[in-house]
Amino acid sequence: MEITLNGVKVQVEEGWTILDAAKFYGANIPTLCYHEGLSPYGACRLCVVEIGRGGRSKLVASCLHPVREGLNVRTHSERVVKARKMLVELLVARCPQSKILQDLASSMGIEKVRFKPKYDDCILCGLCVRMCEEQMDAKAIGFVSRGVKRRITTPFDIKSEKCRTCGACMYICPACQLRCQGPKADTVLCSGCLNISPSCLEKYEDTMCYMDPCVACLKEKEGNKKDVKKKN
Amino acid sequence: MHGELLSKDFPAIDAIIKKYGERKEFLICILQDIQARYGYLPKEALTRVAEKLDIPLIQIYSVATFFKAFSLRPKGGHTIHVCLGTACHVRGAERVLGKIKRDLDINVDETTKDMNFTLKTVNCLGACALGPIVEIDGKHYGNMTTVKVESVLKKYSIKKME
Amino acid sequence: MEKIGSPLELEKLTKSIQGKKKKEKAFISICAGTGCRASGSESVIDAFKEEIKFLGLQSKVRVKVTGCHGFCEKGPIVVIHPGAIFYQNVEKEDVLEIVSETIIGGKIIDRLLYVDPTTGKKITKESDIPFYNKQRRIILGNNGKIDPTNIEDYIAIGGYSALSKALFRMIPEQIIEEVKKSGLRGRGGGGFPTGRKWEYCRNAKGKPKYVICNADEGDPGAYMDRSLLEGNPHSVLEGMIIGAYAIGSKVGYAYVRNEYPLAVKHLEIAIKQAEQYGLLGKNILGSGFNFSVQISRGGGAFVCGESTALMASLEGKPGEPRAKYVHTVEKGLWNKPTTLNNVETWANVPIILNKSANWYSKIGTEKSKGTKIFSLVGKINNTGLVEAPMGMKLHEIIYNIGGGIPNGKKFKAVQTGGPSGGCIPEKLINLPIDYEKLTEAGSMMGSGGMIVMDEENCMVDVAKYFLKFLTEESCGKCVPCREGILQMAEILEDITKGNGKSGDIELLEEISTVIKDTSLCALGGTAPNPVLSTIRYFRDEYNVHIKDKKCPAGVCQALIQYSINAKKCIGCGACLKQCPQEAITGEKKQPHTIDPEKCIKCGACYDACKFDAIKRE
Repeated sequence: MEITLNGVKVQVEEGWTILDAAKFYGANIPTLCYHEGLSPYGACRLCVVEIGRGGRSKLVASCLHPVREGLNVRTHSERVVKARKMLVELLVARCPQSKILQDLASSMGIEKVRFKPKYDDCILCGLCVRMCEEQMDAKAIGFVSRGVKRRITTPFDIKSEKCRTCGACMYICPACQLRCQGPKADTVLCSGCLNISPSCLEKYEDTMCYMDPCVACLKEKEGNKKDVKKKN
Repeated sequence: MHGELLSKDFPAIDAIIKKYGERKEFLICILQDIQARYGYLPKEALTRVAEKLDIPLIQIYSVATFFKAFSLRPKGGHTIHVCLGTACHVRGAERVLGKIKRDLDINVDETTKDMNFTLKTVNCLGACALGPIVEIDGKHYGNMTTVKVESVLKKYSIKKME
Repeated sequence: MEKIGSPLELEKLTKSIQGKKKKEKAFISICAGTGCRASGSESVIDAFKEEIKFLGLQSKVRVKVTGCHGFCEKGPIVVIHPGAIFYQNVEKEDVLEIVSETIIGGKIIDRLLYVDPTTGKKITKESDIPFYNKQRRIILGNNGKIDPTNIEDYIAIGGYSALSKALFRMIPEQIIEEVKKSGLRGRGGGGFPTGRKWEYCRNAKGKPKYVICNADEGDPGAYMDRSLLEGNPHSVLEGMIIGAYAIGSKVGYAYVRNEYPLAVKHLEIAIKQAEQYGLLGKNILGSGFNFSVQISRGGGAFVCGESTALMASLEGKPGEPRAKYVHTVEKGLWNKPTTLNNVETWANVPIILNKSANWYSKIGTEKSKGTKIFSLVGKINNTGLVEAPMGMKLHEIIYNIGGGIPNGKKFKAVQTGGPSGGCIPEKLINLPIDYEKLTEAGSMMGSGGMIVMDEENCMVDVAKYFLKFLTEESCGKCVPCREGILQMAEILEDITKGNGKSGDIELLEEISTVIKDTSLCALGGTAPNPVLSTIRYFRDEYNVHIKDKKCPAGVCQALIQYSINAKKCIGCGACLKQCPQEAITGEKKQPHTIDPEKCIKCGACYDACKFDAIKRE
């Protein structure tokens, strides 16, 4: 099967998604709610690509859309990039303290967040829910409520009998583990440790926050917050 | 209803499940029938449904919180539905809702302290000719205004019943 | 009742019922649709039954409780046959007089007749009323003729003859061809050609195949599906059975909104009766074809009107849509080929088979065929359900059928298509209504809600209303819909509170583009329409809110002031009693005043004043 990927004709296999094809040929599509080991979900929409030609082209989620003979795919058209930037801007406004979002924002060159920040932690990508259900077979957590009230929790918000505290949900979470320390109050945007030297270097002598996982952030989670303050 | 009391009522819940052939696809209908029986969805009942239908409890909890028709908290004696459909909105339904909120001193989805009223909103009752519409215990009151709704509420207030 | 075992037996039964009906000359048709019920038609029905019984007229006059007649504004509606004498706003106190004067005496009661507001003339016959005679009621018309809880009423008007024709005189491919030729398109909003949908589903691999009737009518301000299910459930059922035969399905579901208890009840009765008569279930009409229908009740979620969300909900899951890159006709309910059509679409099917695709395709415009039922509501004189041929001009619907705007107010816009649609301004009043024209105007057909707005409606407020609605009704799965709509709603909230900034309109447009482009389902994909269309046609009104901090229509609370016109106020004290803040003071019989410091702008005084003395500006 042949498709056109960013102007180049490439061979793809039946059953692939557009994202599979893009990965295979090295086109870098950003994703948030996608994980190789889990079923695709199509919620973050960051992986949108433009398919079709001329006036009839449209954006589709590449993690779900199957490849079809003759498909014309553009992974970084103007329309796609604009859309992704807006999506990241919306997400940063929701969770300004998420390092992964701040990194995305700075890699996309977003300079301003024009929306009121909400300071939530969860980006509702649902990776933990799928992890719990598909890989751990526990089904202990899930989405509740809808619309802006949607959140992830256990039944009745109490400890679930199904939960074996395996920690897989925490392991896979792209947002909650790495805390971004930098968002400025006025722009909600971090200065971007992706591009410049990590701000935490001054606080911790031997650690760098682009180490994966960021040790400084983990330390803080363990309750070292007070120490940091003392140092300052 | 407390847990222990409710566990005695399991035959009734089982009967509801049986009515739908113990089929998973009728989960929403089953929950509706349970809600009709208790006025809300008691936790124990949901746990029972999960067991009987072999559905993860989280899925039932998701469904119960997703749909507007369900309540996880006990409701008051009378349920007021204020229609906020477009036809009612353009005829001033918000003002009527505001009046009810002030008179009962509660917000939407809340129950009065005396457990007499629960206030809910609904997106359209499909009786748009009579908007703004207020429905109390299934009875429709059409062409409501801030003035008229007061006398309607009085009909249902506890004082009058005494 | 013995099951009908062949087309011939059905014909015989039809004739024998028709024969019986011919003898019964007089009957009283009383509307018991939800609108009329809310106006008190049940007590009118009881009063009629009692009176007829008291006078021993049961054998001569039948009291027929019917579904919605459509003219909800004038409910409860009573039509006396023969003669089709139309009485409006009937109360139980009128019943005695109607029985003695009209039914026994043959005289017409003047005060209960409809008065044409333009000519001032009284009109006796139902069909002479402009509201009705400008319509083309091929679907809704039967509502007034039948008792929806009695299958024989439906059979008497030729019901199930289309099914008989389909099962015995046509092969599935012919049925699909006929529906394709008729040009019927989905009445739920999308407007997808019905015949093509069936064909894809018939050709799709996988078994079993499912048929679904979407009766989760969530558009606020639309209630035609409710009226059809309540008033003529068998027509929907017959359409479904024909569709099932055409695509090769044995199992059907009707997903009905739980807020419509009467529709559920009538459909339940209809299914039971159809089974008893051998028109549903095993070996339908002796053809060997089996099909069953089950009712599933919705739980109150607008998004479940979206086909994949509805199917998720039918599977006992939350109503979250999924991507439709593989269409539901191939992988729908339980991942099996599924045909989902809206109530009104199904109800069109028997008519197409009975009257032929040729006949049907003559109604309407080039690409939109047949009729469409609209619910004409809001600031309109003749609120009700209107069935018009596709292509009828908006002006005709609003003025000729709808009777114009009440209280001498000026027409401003009409909102069509619910939260997915847009507002059509006065300058487009001559727009012919069909799928394409509405989309070109930045709105859409949707399920057919038409909410009329006058000069006292603020377009920014209307846009905000729909977005607020959608923040609650979005399933919350995908980012653009969940976060984008929320941010748009907050910007609009700011604008209506007087905190709008320059650049807000452009930002709204920018977010809209991305929401439309990237949302997972049609709810998000169309969500910005109410905002975009109001910006397109009423940009000035937005600017006045943002720059001058004023709401010209007097709706946005933060931007208005209430005061009392001393010249008009007679000091009756009605407003003073209603004010929750004790902000109104004044001596009896002296003009009152409002303390703007205390006023919370609830509008209670405005409603209470009978002398038009409260100013809102």
